[in-house]
Amino acid sequence: MSVPSEGGASRDGYGNALLRLAENSDVVVLEADLGKSTKSCHFRSKYPERTFSLGIAEQNMMLVAAGLASSGKIPMASTFAIFTERGFEQIRNGIARPCLKAHICGSHGGIHTGSDGSSAQSIEDLAIYRTLPNMTIIHPADDISAEELTMQVVDLEGPSYMRTIRNKVPRSYSEETKNELKIGKGSLLRDGNDVVIICCGVMVSKSIDAAIILEKEGINAAVIDMHTIKPLDEQMLDLWSKKCRCIVTAEDHSIIGGLGSAIAEHNSRTNLVPMEMIGVKDRFGESGDSEELFKIMSMTTEDIVKAARKSISRK
Amino acid sequence: MRLKKYQKNWKASIAFTITSAISEYMPFNMGIVELEEMALRCRINIIKMIHKSQSGHPGGSLSAIDMIVGLYGTVLNIDTSNPNWKDRDRFIMSKGHASPAIYSILNEFGIINEKDFMSFRTLGSICQGHVDMKWTDGVDFSAGSLGMGLSFGLGCSFAAKLDNSQRNIWVMVGDGETQEGQLWEAIMAADFHSSGNLKLIVDRNGIQNDDFVSKQMEVGNLSKKIESFGWEVTEIDGHNMEEICGAIKWANDGQERPMAIIANTIKGKGVSYMENNPSFHGKAPNDEEYHIAMEELS
Ligand SMILES: Cc1ncc(C[n+]2csc(CCOP(=O)(O)OP(=O)(O)O)c2C)c(N)n1
Repeated sequence: MSVPSEGGASRDGYGNALLRLAENSDVVVLEADLGKSTKSCHFRSKYPERTFSLGIAEQNMMLVAAGLASSGKIPMASTFAIFTERGFEQIRNGIARPCLKAHICGSHGGIHTGSDGSSAQSIEDLAIYRTLPNMTIIHPADDISAEELTMQVVDLEGPSYMRTIRNKVPRSYSEETKNELKIGKGSLLRDGNDVVIICCGVMVSKSIDAAIILEKEGINAAVIDMHTIKPLDEQMLDLWSKKCRCIVTAEDHSIIGGLGSAIAEHNSRTNLVPMEMIGVKDRFGESGDSEELFKIMSMTTEDIVKAARKSISRK
Repeated sequence: MRLKKYQKNWKASIAFTITSAISEYMPFNMGIVELEEMALRCRINIIKMIHKSQSGHPGGSLSAIDMIVGLYGTVLNIDTSNPNWKDRDRFIMSKGHASPAIYSILNEFGIINEKDFMSFRTLGSICQGHVDMKWTDGVDFSAGSLGMGLSFGLGCSFAAKLDNSQRNIWVMVGDGETQEGQLWEAIMAADFHSSGNLKLIVDRNGIQNDDFVSKQMEVGNLSKKIESFGWEVTEIDGHNMEEICGAIKWANDGQERPMAIIANTIKGKGVSYMENNPSFHGKAPNDEEYHIAMEELS
């Protein structure tokens, strides 16, 4: 698999954060037989008495999380993103509706998951959870930002869903820049005034690469990591769509209902600037190497570059 | 091998239940007659609120109320002046459509009042259609979607253990509800985690929404099934207050294994034309029916 040797996978950031959060004795971990994959396994080894294995039974896990949260604990429940979806109605009625502080992490999100094929590639999780009142939806770019944002999740007043990624990607954050991360605030990773690329997850490093290519053509592209899909940082959106007057969105998720949709909804109510969307175009994935899959789905760095040119031309 | 430490037979403990002086495990420690009187008042209020709102679920409220009164009137450790007391026992009404039963018992214990429950199901009422912890003090779960309550209770049971608390977690489900797969996930998990502080009551009234359970999808011998998942199980007449109190004390005391009571009940119990009648699962009585019910109950 052609993953970069340098870089980090956001699921590792989640695992590291759980270890740091363990200092708070109310933090408990719930697993559904995928702790080695979501990386809650490190917490399990150090704090077995605070780790509950619930077997391959995701619906039960969601309500166990709710019960713990109602009793003052801070449950961190994880499985693959796709399998959290089996418990969607449980999350809806059992967690989001009573606004319990239960935090769900879905790992292996997006087609980036690769060779496992379409059954394991969630391309709709952000969309479905975004529809739930009270939920905060987060999709970090790399391990460093995933760790920082997971640390902040426990301070939220309600539940959250975080999507992490299996494979390593080039890092977009460093030990210094991570301090600027804040749930609910987009992170400006690159300044520019011709087009703003708003992205999340594995598409963040690709968007930065695209901006570097565009710069050689004399195009200044701003890049915003919109790691929090909900609540959306509308203030930042307004600021940058006014400044650049055109938008590109990029996400490893269906273009129906995800980050691009959230931004389009806001854009249609406000500044109405041209917008191009990079994402999975209403199809399922298949087995293959991440980069091969991005190629057949027109989600490569070059596709972002093209989308930027097109968005600019529509001004 | 599992120790069968606790008697399966509720009768062993019943003498204690009825005659014992005030015990720390029985905060309300009411006698059988008092409990029966309370259950009757609850039945009247259940019919009143459903008739007033002209919507709601009388059948499953009337089948469940004796068990609920038996529980609240004896072992359930709550603080009526502080319903959110952290160390209270939990009562999780998983069959949340039987909310009138809950509102009627909370009224008995002064946590809500008649004005509250007579606004049942109207805009802004603290008495929502299905019980909801965000709306009503004394309600421990936001129900409405069947099959979820025992899982929630399991989470509460984990939390109680982590807190080294003696609090017990009671969950009530319907027999139709046992068709939900998630319930069996929770039953299996509670055995694995030896959740002795978790207590399940199944309201076995034999009727679900559309029809009799036997016609919709018979659930069979629930005692055997739950027992085969590693639980301690006893089966009782869910309208006999002595049996109820005995079984509740039995389940309350058993702390090694998760404990289940299968309560054989009659849907609509107490109102002749509702009894064992599937059409009164989720239908309010009209004015004439209301007067008949009031006469029968008083
Ligand atoms: C998941 C789910 N499916 C369907 C319903 C609709 N519904 C409400 S009550 C009910 C029947 C419940 O039967 P049972 O569990 O036996 O309760 P009881 O007879 O005690 O009222 C149904 C199907 C629901 N509330 N939740």
